[in-house]
Amino acid sequence: MEQTWKQARAAFAAISVPPLAWLLFFFLIPLAVIWAYTFGENTGPTTIDFTGTFANYARALGPLYLGIFVKSVVVAAITTILCLVVGFPVALAIAFASPKQKAWLLLLIMLPFWTNLLIRTFALIAVLREQGYVNFALEWLWNNASGFMTLIGLQPLGEFEPLTLLYNNFAVVVGLVYVHLPFMVLPLYSALDRMDRSLMEASLDLGAGHLKTIFLVVVPLAAPGIASGILITFIPALGSYLTPDLLGGTDSQMIANVIERQFKRANDWPFGAALSFLLMYLTFIAIAIQALVQRRSDRRA
Amino acid sequence: MTDAPVSNAPAAKPAPHVKENAIISFQGVTKRFGKMVAVDNVNLDIREGEFFALLGPSGCGKTTLLRMLAGFETPTEGKVFIDGKDVADLPPNKRPVNMVFQSYAVFPHMKVTDNVAYGLKMDGVDAGEIKKRVEEALELVKLGGLGDRMPDQLSGGQRQRVALARALVKRPRVLLLDEPLSALDAKLRDQMRSELTSLQEKVGITFIMVTHDQDEALAIATRCAVMNRGLLAQVATPADLYEFPNSRFVADFVGSVNMFEGVLERDEPNEAQVRCAELGAPVYLDHGVTGARGSTVWVALRPEKIEMHKRVEGSTAMKMEDAPQGTNVVPGIIRDIVYLGSETNYEIELEGGRRVKTFRSNLTRYDQEDFTWDEPVWLAWHACSPAVLLS
Repeated sequence: MEQTWKQARAAFAAISVPPLAWLLFFFLIPLAVIWAYTFGENTGPTTIDFTGTFANYARALGPLYLGIFVKSVVVAAITTILCLVVGFPVALAIAFASPKQKAWLLLLIMLPFWTNLLIRTFALIAVLREQGYVNFALEWLWNNASGFMTLIGLQPLGEFEPLTLLYNNFAVVVGLVYVHLPFMVLPLYSALDRMDRSLMEASLDLGAGHLKTIFLVVVPLAAPGIASGILITFIPALGSYLTPDLLGGTDSQMIANVIERQFKRANDWPFGAALSFLLMYLTFIAIAIQALVQRRSDRRA
Repeated sequence: MTDAPVSNAPAAKPAPHVKENAIISFQGVTKRFGKMVAVDNVNLDIREGEFFALLGPSGCGKTTLLRMLAGFETPTEGKVFIDGKDVADLPPNKRPVNMVFQSYAVFPHMKVTDNVAYGLKMDGVDAGEIKKRVEEALELVKLGGLGDRMPDQLSGGQRQRVALARALVKRPRVLLLDEPLSALDAKLRDQMRSELTSLQEKVGITFIMVTHDQDEALAIATRCAVMNRGLLAQVATPADLYEFPNSRFVADFVGSVNMFEGVLERDEPNEAQVRCAELGAPVYLDHGVTGARGSTVWVALRPEKIEMHKRVEGSTAMKMEDAPQGTNVVPGIIRDIVYLGSETNYEIELEGGRRVKTFRSNLTRYDQEDFTWDEPVWLAWHACSPAVLLS
């Protein structure tokens, strides 16, 4: 009886009202208040009048802030693509590992997830700074190469100049890829792990090499997993706050950093709210695109 | 004492397209997965044009053997030859064999023609030729007109045909079939059995099929290898497997059987006698047995080879000593009856308590009414019917 709950309205209400009330009071109403702010004006340090103005949106869509939006989208997109490029082979390797190895590899993927983001980001600073491990390794290679050149009678390479790997867009992308890789690997892994192995074997059997098999069979069949991996990476990457704040330079702030400034230092809640909602609209668009892709592949499969 | 008899009947099925040369040759092939021995020192030649079945219970190594031909497993020891060539270094995509997978493995994101054309595209065949050959292949498997369908618009049987067409379109030297009929329902399975046979005769290439279903192997194959725990138990034609099994395993795995342990008492060139305690009477055989007198042997008797006669207590209508020359007779009581339509299966309890199965064809519409529960009967079988097994 699939409709028995209709006969037990009281029981149904008892279990469904608390979560619905929670959602209403702690999610929808606060969100509606912030949404209302987007049409408001600061009239004093703590007072906001709901004037129905579109000025906040107009300002947010001005060249300065639109530029930051575009930049945030670009950084999030680059991050997502790099996560996909790095994450796909990783997910494939995990899917093909023995069950025992699989558990350990998945644990390795999850482990950073369970570590505080702040700690991970500071650890990354230790790796990337001028006196960091990347530069140490490069310096060692440089000096050895230089010594080798002297040894075979060529000019030495000169003094090693440490690379500036921190406080720029490069650092932000590296940080975002590092933070978001698990978001990409897990949906890819679950899509690849579910795939019928005999499809890949059939492709090999019919004369395709491994690369062709991956691009003609594995990728198309993993498309829903790839789509959800992209979405689940892109959305949090777009709204990143801590990573650009700690690893970025003056020119690498993303939209979340600007929003934070409006709510705190600038004390301009209506404008901050308008920026937040624009970010949310972008997210909805991304989800809508993913849903479209999903529906198309569902129709096919 | 002479050699045990072998079939002197013609091969179960005339197979004029079978050639003398071995297209497949396993030489001392062993495959281990960790400590588990999946395939144990197999030596086997399969001739060109055969419809060969690898038959055995699950885990016997038959699928591993097939996958070694396709190139998905490499032998731990020994060599595999395809068409006289050692294929140790050939990856799956370079081997002149194609496989029909148990799950069919039809690519779900490609329409039927693209599935069938996939292998030809990989080989760089030109577009016009691909189109022609794909059409031919689809006609061959009776899927003409369904080329634009997606796999999810096909039934299981049709998907299997796509898998067949996709493999055959490449004109492989050998077609490998992994449990080809296991996923079909009973009616379709019967139909596909005969279609596979006629398809193989039509294209004339060697088919190698893996199956756990002995009926399927007997029905389709020109020759079968029965495998048990990685070893080849027996390689023979279907009729020889059934009538002349070489071991208790084969006799038991292929078909239904009554097995009695006994001692070889007498062994002359033209007759032998086995004392069977369970049977309560010696078993007479009209042929010699290759075994030492006094050794333990097993008598395998197929249920359909046992005849059942009415036995009236106290009457002398039939007695053991009255039995026709060369016939074995034992008394028993019917304990169980299973009516199956075309035949009826009876379970008869012998005087020692041992139960024996016998099948009786229902030749008329009233035959199943001839016997009833707890009825005393005579069981009789011809002296040439039992197979005497030494292992």
